[in-house]
Amino acid sequence: MTALLRRIAPQLLTLLAVLVLVTVFFPGFLSVGFSGDRLVGSPIDVLKRGAPVALLAIGMTLVIATRGIDLSVGAVMAICGAVAAAAVDRGWGLGAAIPLALGAGLLCGLWNGFLVAVLRIQPIVATLILMVAGRGIAQLVTAGQILTFSDEGFAFLGSGTFLGLPVPAWAWILAGIVAGLVVRRTALGLLIESVGVNLRASRLAGVDSTVLLVTVYMISGLCAAVAGLIVTGDIRGADANNAGLWLELDAILAVAIGGTSLLGGRFSILASLIGAMIIQSINTGILLAGFPPEFNLVIKAVLVLMILMLQSPRLSDAARGLATRRRRTDEGAAAPRAVKEAPR
Amino acid sequence: MLLEARGLLKRFPGTVALDGVGFGLAAGEVHALLGENGAGKSTLIKCLTGAYRRDGGEILLDGQPVDPRSTFEAQELGIGTVYQEVNLLPNLTVAENLTLGRQPRRLGLTSRRGMRALAREMLAGYGLDIDVERDLGAYSVAVQQIVAIARAVHLSGKVLILDEPTASLDAREVAMLFEVVRRLRDRGLGIVFVSHFLDQVFAISDRITVLRNGRHIATTEAATLDRVRLINLMLGRELEQATTHGRTAHDAGAEVLRAEGLGKRGRIAPFDLSVRAGEVIGMAGLLGSGRTETAEVLFGAAAADSGTVRDAKGPLDVSTPARAIASGFGFAPEDRKTDGIIGDLSVRENIALALQAHRGWARPIPRAEQRRLAEDFIRRLDIRTPGPEKPVGQLSGGNQQKVILARWLAMNPRFLILDEPTRGIDVGAHAEVLRLIEEMVAGGMSLLVISSELEELVAVSDRVIVVRDRSHVAELTGQEITTDAIVRAIAAPGANLEAAE
Amino acid sequence: MNLRRLPLYATIAIFVAAYLLCWLQFPNILSTRVAGNLLTDNAYLGIAAVGMTIVILSGGIDLSVGSVIAFAGVFIAVMLRDTGLHPLAVFALLLILTTAFGAAQGALIHALAMPAFIVTLAGMFLARGIAYLLTLDSIPIDHPFFESLQKAYWLMPGKGRLTLLGVLMLLSVLGGMLLAHRTRFGTNVFAIGGGEGTARMMGVPIGRTTILIYAFSGFMAGLAGIVFAIYTAAGYPLATVGVELNAIAAVVIGGTLLSGGSGTVLGTLFGVLTMGLIQTYIVFDGTLSSWWTKIVIGLLLFLFIVLQKGLLKVGLSRRTA
Repeated sequence: MTALLRRIAPQLLTLLAVLVLVTVFFPGFLSVGFSGDRLVGSPIDVLKRGAPVALLAIGMTLVIATRGIDLSVGAVMAICGAVAAAAVDRGWGLGAAIPLALGAGLLCGLWNGFLVAVLRIQPIVATLILMVAGRGIAQLVTAGQILTFSDEGFAFLGSGTFLGLPVPAWAWILAGIVAGLVVRRTALGLLIESVGVNLRASRLAGVDSTVLLVTVYMISGLCAAVAGLIVTGDIRGADANNAGLWLELDAILAVAIGGTSLLGGRFSILASLIGAMIIQSINTGILLAGFPPEFNLVIKAVLVLMILMLQSPRLSDAARGLATRRRRTDEGAAAPRAVKEAPR
Repeated sequence: MLLEARGLLKRFPGTVALDGVGFGLAAGEVHALLGENGAGKSTLIKCLTGAYRRDGGEILLDGQPVDPRSTFEAQELGIGTVYQEVNLLPNLTVAENLTLGRQPRRLGLTSRRGMRALAREMLAGYGLDIDVERDLGAYSVAVQQIVAIARAVHLSGKVLILDEPTASLDAREVAMLFEVVRRLRDRGLGIVFVSHFLDQVFAISDRITVLRNGRHIATTEAATLDRVRLINLMLGRELEQATTHGRTAHDAGAEVLRAEGLGKRGRIAPFDLSVRAGEVIGMAGLLGSGRTETAEVLFGAAAADSGTVRDAKGPLDVSTPARAIASGFGFAPEDRKTDGIIGDLSVRENIALALQAHRGWARPIPRAEQRRLAEDFIRRLDIRTPGPEKPVGQLSGGNQQKVILARWLAMNPRFLILDEPTRGIDVGAHAEVLRLIEEMVAGGMSLLVISSELEELVAVSDRVIVVRDRSHVAELTGQEITTDAIVRAIAAPGANLEAAE
Repeated sequence: MNLRRLPLYATIAIFVAAYLLCWLQFPNILSTRVAGNLLTDNAYLGIAAVGMTIVILSGGIDLSVGSVIAFAGVFIAVMLRDTGLHPLAVFALLLILTTAFGAAQGALIHALAMPAFIVTLAGMFLARGIAYLLTLDSIPIDHPFFESLQKAYWLMPGKGRLTLLGVLMLLSVLGGMLLAHRTRFGTNVFAIGGGEGTARMMGVPIGRTTILIYAFSGFMAGLAGIVFAIYTAAGYPLATVGVELNAIAAVVIGGTLLSGGSGTVLGTLFGVLTMGLIQTYIVFDGTLSSWWTKIVIGLLLFLFIVLQKGLLKVGLSRRTA
């Protein structure tokens, strides 16, 4: 428990700082009240609007932990939303639409996983293909229109309320819990981290990296499908052009804020989810605090730069070098611990 | 002396890689530098070429002290290096590689004609007739080596260090390379030649220096040295002190598995291997002789292209590591850092990894169970770690090795391959690893132990297989197992074949 | 023949074959008029793609290009509206800004030893954010000098118009070709793309070259922004979203290896033209929908990525054989 707290402390502190900062500019930010049987207020809004990025961040965390990246999730959202809307549009009902959309997401993930794990194409290159083609495919499904629908059940997915909380908030919280349980209660998490840290050694220890990589990209596709369903339900229509546009970048950012190294290895889904909420709090906060929304991107840019500084291997080496040098001069201690090259 | 190193000292955490090593290179000589892995050859070269900063001692070039801070600086001073992995760019043309950084220009633009001319001039006298405007990567490694030498000589011109240049060349290509090396020697260059192919060393060298465990062991004229004596210098055993077989003879168990005609083209010639329960098979041979390759085909790390492995019940699938593990195999590789440990993961996770991978992701080993497993092995193998949650990358080499042994012991394999299990670990850990080997065998496990340390092999092995030139050439059993016999088998072609029968 | 050249020939062959197919169906497509429009309509993309080619050749990537183009348009529009500066002076100022912006990205990539992807992602946010800060609206540009730039063209035989913008793109490609293939800097770019560690050992100044690479990309993005501003006669902060993606696609379809070290600037021109041709075909056809562009580009990307992967394998086996 304390280990977990220590792991997510930086993210929690950042979230806290963002919340405090927004509250200073917009005092009513943290107030939550009841309107009928549902909770209302800015925090609830953050939980709802942050849902797509939070969902994407779950899959992205796992992909990045294997030293990969999935650029296609935004486009996959559009495809899955389009598939679901088209199914509803044809009167097949929600019972067919949801499985079809989830299936489309899994299929997209399988494609990415095939390119990465079997053809051994770099992840960034492999997923670029679907990132480019995906929106075309989505438009193909919707025949280029914004496919609107009036299915109340579908709309409920995006804008309904369940037990006081918006359905999208439930979706990412539940998905997060399920994913967290799956990776930590099974051995999936360990094997993913192992492959991300040292693929060669993992293979020699008997880890089936091919199946693992494909699985991870399929999970990412599945998360994108759920996010696509929510966005589509929310606006009661599938917009192949704009659904999930640039959300892959926000998702990667959420993972980076969550402290999972882009070079693979140790990951925390919880920290990525907090990262997603940090991003959404900034988005909502800027709006509420009366800043023009145009500040949003500049703040994001500064945020990315700060994370870069913190994660930079060169800077941390320098810092460690500084620390050891100081320790040496202070205590006359022997050799530094951190050595990049060992004798052969 | 053209290049001289005096009392070179280089430390790494936990080890002294160079312990006051001296080395002298005269103009117009080929000076071979020999030693097994970990002897300090690479470290010495890296200190000479500025890739490492030395911790003590001095380097003199033409009698002047020099202190190169990078390979580039060393090159400017006159010390050029060519590595086994060609350090040129395969995606550039030969001419671009040769002229990089000093391309002739006309009107501010690089001149293709000028580059071509300069490249041809640089290659003149190397006996290469190649199109310099083709990609370097399109040529064989031998040609690439010679291009790399031409560049190094052109830029540096005094000292040429060849680090395992022949490792991936065939006989004809080696001859071509040696022709170039002799020509350069006659032009007055000082050439350092690092290789583990003794035939080649004798063929080309004027003098030979042997390093062992970071110390200078001997420097002699090549003509006055014989192979047996040289191998003894390298492997650290005087003939008169030959160790005798250390294990108490015990009944060989039943055969548990058998490899027939297993091999992979270009890596290891097809070999047969019969493994009996509770025996230690030692494997001796110089670096690059095919010993690690034997382990790799047995374990599926490099899929064999011929032969079968079977046990009493039938054929076994060892085409991938996962399948080999399912057949009851284990493999602790030579290069712990890149092939063994998962550095960022904890001791507990590293120990549980193989077992977990074997059970599949859906059947996790409960955390408490993993912890118990880890703590059990930490105690049994005396792994020095603050606790099971410590990242394994932060442990010393010996303790990392024990973690990998624990990983395999947790699997309880019937056949475990240990490639250089005691390399780079301190004396205490060394003894413990040997004790563990005895323990494992007593429990009925069969081991294949690959080692450069002959005393070690003599002490633990029931049989010793000798590997040379990528094939199994001899097998010693019982009282035949002495360091002296092993050295002779490694050195002399055919000397011990009768013993194998 | 150098195996490395094969993708370039493939690119040209695909373009020529596609053009022929189009011509069989619509003979009009083979006219200087269509050709002129192809150049003009894709001028800004082509210019940005030249910068992107150099970046990708070095093994990097620059995600900030689309945002920088949008920033450039807004900057020009705002400066012309609010100051009395001559457009040429504004252009010069803009190019200095975007070049410095690119150089700063390169410096960060080198200094932090972080992936270019994530550093230029920050740059992408920053450039667009600054554009937003300048204005949220589309600002029309109605300077007389602008009009004359827009109307500058040379009438080719067959009444096709070779516009100033089209010429600017061709000149950029020519400049890029010289830079990539005929300068020491260019060879250094290829060297870094082939292997940074090896390049360093061979004496390539990694830091300086990295900074110059991204500075060049920033410069080209600025130039693309100028061309885009002239083309649309407006500055709009929401414009050219995702142009970096098109530029990357054009570079890859142009036969450049996305992981660096191999490719040509000329190929990128054909990559851009192929993408433009697909759009032109769809316009000519009239019944086909625009999304086929994306799908076909995706297919071409896949084709070239697999082709490159195959070549890599063939190259390796050939060498060891």
